[in-house]
Amino acid sequence: MTAPLLEARGLVKSFGANRVLRGVDVAVPSGSVTCLIGPSGSGKTTVLRSLNGLETPEVGTVRIGDVELDWATGPDARAVSRLRGQSGMVFQAHNLFPHLSVLDNVTAGPVFAQGRPRAEAQEEARALLARVGLADKADDYPVQLSGGQQQRVGIARALATRPQVVLFDEPTSALDPELVGEVLRVMQSLAAEGWTMVVVTHEMRFARQVADQVLFLDGGVVVEQGPPAEVLVEPREPRTRQFLQRLLEPL
Amino acid sequence: MSAIDWDLVRSSLGPLLDGLLRGTLPLTAVSFVLGLALALVLALMRLSGRRLVSAVARAYVSIIRGTPLLLQLFIVFFGLPSLGITLDPWPSAIIALSLNVGGYASEAVRGAILAVPRGQFEAAMTVGMGRTTTLRRVVLPQAARIAVPPLSNTLISLVKDTSLVSTILVTELLRKAQEIASPTFEFFTLYGVAAVYYWVVCLVLSFGQTRLETRLSRHVAA
Ligand SMILES: Nc1ncnc2c1ncn2[C@@H]1O[C@H](COP(=O)(O)OP(=O)(O)OP(=O)(O)O)[C@@H](O)[C@H]1O
Ligand SMILES: [Mg+2]
Repeated sequence: MTAPLLEARGLVKSFGANRVLRGVDVAVPSGSVTCLIGPSGSGKTTVLRSLNGLETPEVGTVRIGDVELDWATGPDARAVSRLRGQSGMVFQAHNLFPHLSVLDNVTAGPVFAQGRPRAEAQEEARALLARVGLADKADDYPVQLSGGQQQRVGIARALATRPQVVLFDEPTSALDPELVGEVLRVMQSLAAEGWTMVVVTHEMRFARQVADQVLFLDGGVVVEQGPPAEVLVEPREPRTRQFLQRLLEPL
Repeated sequence: MSAIDWDLVRSSLGPLLDGLLRGTLPLTAVSFVLGLALALVLALMRLSGRRLVSAVARAYVSIIRGTPLLLQLFIVFFGLPSLGITLDPWPSAIIALSLNVGGYASEAVRGAILAVPRGQFEAAMTVGMGRTTTLRRVVLPQAARIAVPPLSNTLISLVKDTSLVSTILVTELLRKAQEIASPTFEFFTLYGVAAVYYWVVCLVLSFGQTRLETRLSRHVAA
């Protein structure tokens, strides 16, 4: 068996006295989709942001491809940015650059950060926008788009730097219910294309249909993991069962 | 006898305009640009996260805001010579005004940078931008919009503050008015004309501010 594309080991992170991650391991094979699920405050976002250095864990290692970081050694900004360069990120609140057109949002990474030629980056960006169904929105500004369209631009922007892994933090949680589908369908098609994805989500149908593995987090540890057919359908752990039960019957 | 000598008004319009165009406006423009550059440096120092660097900037701003501009001007022009540094009136004026604007504007710039949402920095980082690129491509363009109203205030104050440099013999609008008024004793007339000039300049700047605000806000949700 080949080594996973992304591997995190023993992540520990505290905010002040609050120990949020208590030794989290994540292994993501190339071309697979991993869903992180769990109750609010369980540490899902913190895990995800530790994979690209938006949070700095006290202990633990993260490796993506051939870039590895040992958080315990207090890595410098350059090392962190090398790791960050391996992944792209889609935010819950999209965080598009409001002063740039849709096209410029997508080319911002390739042109401003990677120094690729603008013409080439624009061509690729247009293809990506077509890919997420927004070919005709290239010259619009983010404020002119619907929430679902904004999030799809966010996805195109994350793909534009040609990352090895794409990280999604609840990409549909801020959307009106009728807009959730268009974003999930794009993500599903990316998965089918072979993108490696780590997705924090509360969309259990998406997890069941698209994920290759599901990690259930609670209290800063991975309580249970496995294929969705096991974790989501026949969970072994009582805590997982309880969590799923509450999702099914919120009242 | 009326308080206003209209012939004198007419004949002084040209010379006073000269003082405005060759004194007040260039002084304002140069000091503002230099002051803005200084303000950006000071704001970044405050935000650098390094205690000493940030403390230096904080102390600077505190001193500039805590002492009169006229005194700052006197220190540069009359005080520095005792340290062996003698400057002409013009350079003295520009240095003192720039240092002063830098101190005031740095707070506006710092506030504007802080008002750019955290998620913008994070998004920039995740597409691979470093600190400088993030600042230039993502943060400053957005901070500029936020900083326009306070910086416009600074600029409009500066237009009027340049009149203080008449005390070190820089020929600008107010000094020009004094020069013409002294032999004729027509202070009311000359100062009145000068006041109108200042006021018109500030009106134009206010108008420009509104235009700029509209322009910079066009991609922002209401
Ligand atoms: N910047 C921060 N400062 C302090 N505490 C934080 C910070 N970020 C997260 N936390 C705390 O860490 C814990 C885990 O937060 P995290 O955002 O990872 O949870 P989550 O599983 O993503 O929750 P949600 O489903 O609500 O997004 C929470 O108790 C939260 O309050
Ligand atoms: Mg979260």
